[in-house]
Amino acid sequence: MTAAVSSQGRAMSSVKPGRIVAWTLLFIGGVIMVTPLLFMLSTSLKDASQVYDLRIIPAVPTLDNYWEILSDGRFTRWFVNSMVVAIIVTISNVFFDSLVGYTLAKFRFRGRYIVFIAILSTLMIPTEMLVLPWYLMASQFGWLDSYWGIMFPGMMTAFGTFLMKQFFEGVPDDFLEAARIDGLNEFTIWWKIALPLVTPALSALAIFTFLGNWTAFFWPLIVTTSADLYTLPVGLSSFAVEQSVQWEKIMTGASIATLPTLIIFLFLQRYIVRGVMLAGLKG
Amino acid sequence: MSIAVHWETAPSGLWSRMSLGQKQLIWAWGFLAVPLLFYVVIRFWPTFQAFYLSVTDWTITRPASFVGFENYTRLYADPLFWQVFRNTFLYLILGTPISLLISFVVAYYLDRVRFMHSFIRALYFLPFLTTAAAMAWVWRWFYQPVPIGVINDILSSFGIPQQPFLRSTSQALPAVLAPAIWAGLGFQIIIFLAGLRAIPTTYYEAARIDGLSEGAILRRITLPLVKPTLVFLVVFSSIGFLRIFDQVYNINTNDPGGPLNSTKPLVLMIYQTAFSSYEMGYAAAQTVVLFLILLAISLLQLRIMRDR
Repeated sequence: MTAAVSSQGRAMSSVKPGRIVAWTLLFIGGVIMVTPLLFMLSTSLKDASQVYDLRIIPAVPTLDNYWEILSDGRFTRWFVNSMVVAIIVTISNVFFDSLVGYTLAKFRFRGRYIVFIAILSTLMIPTEMLVLPWYLMASQFGWLDSYWGIMFPGMMTAFGTFLMKQFFEGVPDDFLEAARIDGLNEFTIWWKIALPLVTPALSALAIFTFLGNWTAFFWPLIVTTSADLYTLPVGLSSFAVEQSVQWEKIMTGASIATLPTLIIFLFLQRYIVRGVMLAGLKG
Repeated sequence: MSIAVHWETAPSGLWSRMSLGQKQLIWAWGFLAVPLLFYVVIRFWPTFQAFYLSVTDWTITRPASFVGFENYTRLYADPLFWQVFRNTFLYLILGTPISLLISFVVAYYLDRVRFMHSFIRALYFLPFLTTAAAMAWVWRWFYQPVPIGVINDILSSFGIPQQPFLRSTSQALPAVLAPAIWAGLGFQIIIFLAGLRAIPTTYYEAARIDGLSEGAILRRITLPLVKPTLVFLVVFSSIGFLRIFDQVYNINTNDPGGPLNSTKPLVLMIYQTAFSSYEMGYAAAQTVVLFLILLAISLLQLRIMRDR
């Protein structure tokens, strides 16, 4: 309460012309930042005859592009593919990265440091370098054109493990000791006692993993060859090539690929911004 | 009471005779077993394999056989590689300073704004959540000639001549870079905001009491104290620009990396060598070069952080 009052008081006393100019410039910059998104959305609501009319608010808004694209069936399929892949990979990362991070942070055993350094060292290896061996592996085991083929490289990440280890180190040992004395087994201690204490880090990890996999393009492009298995970005790319100059259709596809993350953001803005800050500072 | 119950349900014999330390050891390695298998099979083994493949002539039709450093000498003699090398570094040395300058200025002023702070922050952050492949198509549309292209439309309404953008060998690379910078700004701004907020306000109060001007406070307090954040962002965004692919591939699907290879980055060259020409060995050598470049950048970061 007092903080609110004082910050308000500060704002009142410091409304100088310079402040107003800075605010206005920031606001204009922000509007420019979202302009491409607005154009994308507005064009997706126009029919072919209005595309050349560059007004942001369509003269005759229509959802026909969406109905047409969704009734085609392919986009629904790609959407489902992307969702399944992003959700499973996210769950896997949240589970395994935090389990490993916890083990490395809270158990004392020989080899702990080597395991940590070994996992951390994989951060040095760019994905692009592993793509060819992964491709070879996927074709040998018949994983090409399958969900598992798209997902397997990302099921765990060193970044997530490192992030979780940092946070578990902040959990007091006394809590875990108390649980041990109560006779809980180690898995239950991790699951019931330790995990709930690091939920901000878990949500940051979940957000990053989901976003990264939802927007991923390079590996899904390589590992999928049949249109049924495309993820949304790969599907959109092939769809746009085939539409060539029907920009209203392409913008509708781009909107379908983009809207889910934007809508999630509107609901979870605070968590997402905090998550980015946490990951950036600790990671 | 609960202890007694637990002892009864525990597996009898060996387990109950173990010391706490031994049990801990088994739990720890039990937790690590599946992840370690994953890291060995999906990370370490492929890493060694990539190095090995880079000294073979493996193609889709021909099994790998050892050819020494042939791929590397071929790469060194390949004019396309040097063109691509130049492009990749252009993305880096244009993209990193421009994006960091913009994001620092925005964050610096946004940090002081109270009125509609989170709304304005959201405007800058939203592009970060978009799919690069999708946004490349939006920007591709913007760069079209009139009457369809938005940017040329705006230019012509001011009487400025039409620009070729993606059709020009000199303008295409900056035109491809723009959406990459645009999409990354939101992340950098948030990280800068976090760095700025971590500076204790007492430092500023003391500086004001000492009568330092705003400019002097920026130079002597703010900038030195956000240096770790800055170093992190320099490395993070450098790596991002060196690995640029999605935007380049989608913004010109008729001739990815064109016109005349003027926008082709290393990752796109790798992709085409491996999956259009099917010269896997040659592509593997290119991935090793990419790895060495990224390694050099990371080591430089460690060096700078230690000097701090």
